[in-house]
Amino acid sequence: MITQWLFTHVDRRGAFAIALLVAIAFFVPVLNLLVPETSALHVPTYLVSLLGKYLTYALLAVALDLVWGFCGILSLGHGAFFALGGYAMGMYLMRQIGPRGVYANPVLPDFMVFLNWKELPWFWYGFDNFWFAALMVVLVPGILAFGFGWLAFRSRVTGVYLSIITQALTYALLLAFFRNDMGFGGNNGLTDFKDILGFNVQAGTTRSALFAATALFLALAVFLASFIIRSKLGKVLVGVRDAESRMRFLGYRVERYKLFVWTISAMLAGIAGALYVPQVGIINPSEFEPANSIEAVIWVAVGGRGTIIGPILGAVLVNFGKTYFTAAFPEIWLFALGALFILVTLFLPKGILGLYGSWQARRATRAALKDDDAQPPLVKQSSRLVPAPEPQAAE
Amino acid sequence: MAAKRLVSLTPLATVQGPVGEAASTAIASINSELELWNGIQNIIYGLSLGSVLLLAAIGLAITFGVMGVINMAHGEMVMIGAYTTFVVQQIIRVSAPGLFDYSLLIALPAAFLVSGAIGVVIERGIIRFLYGRPLETLLATWGISLVLQQATRSWFGASNVQVGSPSWMSGSFDVGMLTLTWSRLWIIVFALAVFATLQLVLKKTMLGLRMRAVTQNRRMASSMGIRTPWVDALTFGLGSGIAGIAGVALSQIDNVSPNLGQGYIIDSFMVVVFGGVGNLWGTLVGAMSLGIANKFLEPFAGAVLGKIFVLVLIILFIQKRPRGLFALKGRAIEA
Repeated sequence: MITQWLFTHVDRRGAFAIALLVAIAFFVPVLNLLVPETSALHVPTYLVSLLGKYLTYALLAVALDLVWGFCGILSLGHGAFFALGGYAMGMYLMRQIGPRGVYANPVLPDFMVFLNWKELPWFWYGFDNFWFAALMVVLVPGILAFGFGWLAFRSRVTGVYLSIITQALTYALLLAFFRNDMGFGGNNGLTDFKDILGFNVQAGTTRSALFAATALFLALAVFLASFIIRSKLGKVLVGVRDAESRMRFLGYRVERYKLFVWTISAMLAGIAGALYVPQVGIINPSEFEPANSIEAVIWVAVGGRGTIIGPILGAVLVNFGKTYFTAAFPEIWLFALGALFILVTLFLPKGILGLYGSWQARRATRAALKDDDAQPPLVKQSSRLVPAPEPQAAE
Repeated sequence: MAAKRLVSLTPLATVQGPVGEAASTAIASINSELELWNGIQNIIYGLSLGSVLLLAAIGLAITFGVMGVINMAHGEMVMIGAYTTFVVQQIIRVSAPGLFDYSLLIALPAAFLVSGAIGVVIERGIIRFLYGRPLETLLATWGISLVLQQATRSWFGASNVQVGSPSWMSGSFDVGMLTLTWSRLWIIVFALAVFATLQLVLKKTMLGLRMRAVTQNRRMASSMGIRTPWVDALTFGLGSGIAGIAGVALSQIDNVSPNLGQGYIIDSFMVVVFGGVGNLWGTLVGAMSLGIANKFLEPFAGAVLGKIFVLVLIILFIQKRPRGLFALKGRAIEA
């Protein structure tokens, strides 16, 4: 029954991805914790964290794809929401250090003692509670995105103008968080974390748990994204992407649809950031760099925008490449990344999954010609990008 | 001078009677005079910052105006111009040391040609395949900027290179109570000269006429027999060349490193977005007002916070005028 319910909201590929993510959420920790280290199947802890990091990037990519791939809003500032979520989690982790810091102050984090601050700034209140921090992880990016989107979409800032403004947003935050008096650790950011929910952040078990949580959240995000895209609202979004003015003339309040999906996307990005920080062990202002946000865009482009699974693939592949290249040939990496930007936009506008899709469509055409069974394959191909009309799930 | 008078007058102001009153009024007048000069200094510093922004943004405004293309590699064109200056100076140091005072003048056309040629190559090789897809163009040019940065890094090293100043640009002079450096003044003069030249090119030459035609209505221009692909290539070359020239000027006031362009790109975008496209006056007014606003905010808010404030102001400004100060008028619903 559950599977049937799943299938009404998620296409086959999405369901497969969700199943796969749930499976690795289970198996990778098992292979890390239960299989002895001598075994060939053992997954070392560093790899668990690395994979976990990739999956948080994948979550960011899914969030970005939701606005870019399905609504045509190219955000060059999604890294800002990611980093804000990360900072919210980092603040919780800082408060958990308690008196174990270098200056052993039970309330103030080390950098505040260092700056001679006497008491906790008001915006740090509440971050000693996990539930509060978890709430802020989605609320802060959500509210910022809502305010920003409300201003931008209402006055019909679109296309490259919007992209530039999002870039300015993350740049402004970058400058702001670099300041020591902001109260977020300035240049060094937040680091030296000890515990999360009472468990040691460094421990293998915690790392595995964080990995599993990331994989599950990613599965949830895939489900959420599929749900949105396959709903009636999703069809309006795709309409906005392809012909915004036409949708407006048809009587849809385009800005509201955009605002909704934009805010959801920012919240997902915030969750990604929150999962990223405990696994990487640091959050600093460089996460706000516009370059990071643009790199996230290329993950989506490589994997295939307008597909929900593509960005996951793209994020993992590109970051795997980055890990490999920056270690083996550090000189080459920027060349490779730059070439990737150029080649993907020139030759792979639909990304890897789009390539696979067109290959499949061609095969279908050939098969159809052979059969002489004149079922035009075009419908099938387009259903991959834009779900074909189908009965709505009971609501 | 005024400050010295102020110091000697301050103790007198507490004295009872006419002496104290006279001292108080004198202090007030000196203070207002200082305030005035302070304002003038802010304006001049703002103008010089604005000139830098203008230089960096004007090429971007042209390519964006004509082609609707956001060139993320624009900052790297500026960087290439600065490195061209470095190379020219190296050659002069080795072969003709006597010419060093003219090195910048020699570097100007060289930088224009080098950056312009690279721009044309980029346009012909990559960007022309992406017309009508502005967001993809943005990504591809970002890729180009990464490649150019890394190429420079591999070639010249990651650290700063030394670009010297000719004698006529070093030193300073006094105006009233201000001390201004010659380089600051020259940058303003130079930026305005570039602006004027570009205006002339746009208004008085055949290429300018065609560029304006394509900006206003690409399809109509094409129907009238204008070879729009050529106009695009030349526009991109011109915009990149101007960026190269800007690089020559910026090499005098900034560190020349592979990251030089990165520092200017967002500010240049802000100028273009603020000023609006299709009209260079918009870029001029945008650059100067951003420069002056920055300098006036700095004393109250500090350099960083002032900049953030300006960014937020622009984001809010875009709400009122989504196409900038000097937007092209038209009936198109979709840009």
